[in-house]
Amino acid sequence: MTELMNTPVAVIAEEHPYCMDYFRSVGVSIADTELTPREIIDALDNEALEDKGFSKEQISSHFIEFLKQAAMLKSTAERSVHSVTIVGGFDKSGTPENFELILKPGDIVCIVGTTGSGKSRLLADIECFAQKDTPTGRTVMVNGKILDGEDRFRLENKLVAQLSQNMNFVVDMSVGEFIAMHAASRMIPDIEATVEAVITCANELAGETFTYETALTQLSGGQSRALMIADTAMLSSSPIVLIDEIENAGVDRRKALELLVKEEKIVLMSTHDPILALMGNRRLAIHNGGVKKVIETDREELAGLEILQCVDEKLMQLRTMLRAGEKISLDMKKFFEL
Amino acid sequence: MKLVTVAGPPSAGKTAVIIKTAVHLKKIYSKIGVVKFDCLSTSDHLLYKKAGISVVTGLSGNLCPDHYFVSNIDDCLQWAKKKGFDMLISESAGLCNRCSPHIKEIPAVCVIDCLAGAETPKKIGPMLRYADTVAVTKGDIVSQAEREVFSFRVRQANPKASVIFVNGITGQGAYDLSHAFSKATDVDSLEGAKLRFSVPAAICPYCVGEMTIGTDHQKGNVKKMVFKEVEEAAV
Repeated sequence: MTELMNTPVAVIAEEHPYCMDYFRSVGVSIADTELTPREIIDALDNEALEDKGFSKEQISSHFIEFLKQAAMLKSTAERSVHSVTIVGGFDKSGTPENFELILKPGDIVCIVGTTGSGKSRLLADIECFAQKDTPTGRTVMVNGKILDGEDRFRLENKLVAQLSQNMNFVVDMSVGEFIAMHAASRMIPDIEATVEAVITCANELAGETFTYETALTQLSGGQSRALMIADTAMLSSSPIVLIDEIENAGVDRRKALELLVKEEKIVLMSTHDPILALMGNRRLAIHNGGVKKVIETDREELAGLEILQCVDEKLMQLRTMLRAGEKISLDMKKFFEL
Repeated sequence: MKLVTVAGPPSAGKTAVIIKTAVHLKKIYSKIGVVKFDCLSTSDHLLYKKAGISVVTGLSGNLCPDHYFVSNIDDCLQWAKKKGFDMLISESAGLCNRCSPHIKEIPAVCVIDCLAGAETPKKIGPMLRYADTVAVTKGDIVSQAEREVFSFRVRQANPKASVIFVNGITGQGAYDLSHAFSKATDVDSLEGAKLRFSVPAAICPYCVGEMTIGTDHQKGNVKKMVFKEVEEAAV
């Protein structure tokens, strides 16, 4: 890596376009790209650096480390997770859970249980690749292997993206600018096309459209949720997506799940909505801190799903009528074909 | 006796993070103490007490808080040794973003919250750039996209640190963070130990109580702003 320090930044930038961004982030403007990082850093004024809380050695060593990490980020974009295995531990009373679950890309697993039953604990176990060292004693493996040592805590190995009702966009930027910023931080080569794709997709989920220029903070609840889902599906590095209660999010739930499955995500969804629950391939019933049952969604349940979806459709029609300011004094028995 | 320094901007969630991390640390170290550095007042000692953690508070008052930290941290360590603690955690707020309490060979943690905005990691100085571990809080209320952008920015500011998202309310992520704390090795005294970066200078009459504005009163370490020619703003 030392030869990098003696290579003109113009040359480095060909392979590592974000190298300029690094210098910008430490407040160094590069007048001549024919200079090498060593020359640029050597020319900096020591006193000015000290004022800003920098030192030359630190800038050099961080520069090299940043390039290394960025290169790693790029390669993890192609990383593949074929499976995540969860081996049961114990519930709060110490009773063994006795289950082993293998999750594959495109799987939808619902988590059901009352508040405080241990849903978040299960998620936390997945997040930190539990190795019998969390309160539940569960083990989580990736591609059949245990991640050990430092690997376990490296950010690029973080597997779980989270989506919940409580989350909001807080940055004061336009949708387009922000998604472009996210794409840039993921080292995506074609930023413009990616941004466009994310926005189009979010608009399909939300129903009410927004544009590139709309301010993030002005999005409605449904639009925010739709953008979060589209962005997570298409731009997040995490192969697992955890969704917490999106039943009232004002987005097309079926399309949202289809999108995540299409993008090869492993979806874990905590829900109490029967339609969402049946859209999952299986569900984990959690009680007293432990997984009590793993229920596969079978044909019998799926037969019911169609009817539920019809009823849901009807309710949707009523909502549309309400929005349009109409009276809904129709014959409900007939309307629902009861 | 192990020591860990924790620093971060005011209201980032340092106390909550330490309390949640201590839950896991208590399984390894039976006695954990905290020294809380603040400027004017603090009520965080009540939170620590409630969590069953011994705490001592140091208020820097009208002294530069970081100079105050440096002149007192070894005394804190000696106090903690006398008390028979296995681990001492120092908590201090980097108020001007230029100071940093991190000491060479002592695990250094920086706590920042992702509500602070995407540019914040760039603005925080040595406290973030010289940390071994960066704990990012309040991730549960912003979007996944913002979390990812934020952690990228943190990494840009300090590529060497590990970045861990910690929820100060539920404790999610605190287990991961406790691993960073448990890397601490035994330290007997800080006599001769080196700070990772210099603290900002403060030796002018205003440091010692001068209140009058004017050139006559600006003695000692005075730095003047440079006003470059500014282009007229376009109408």
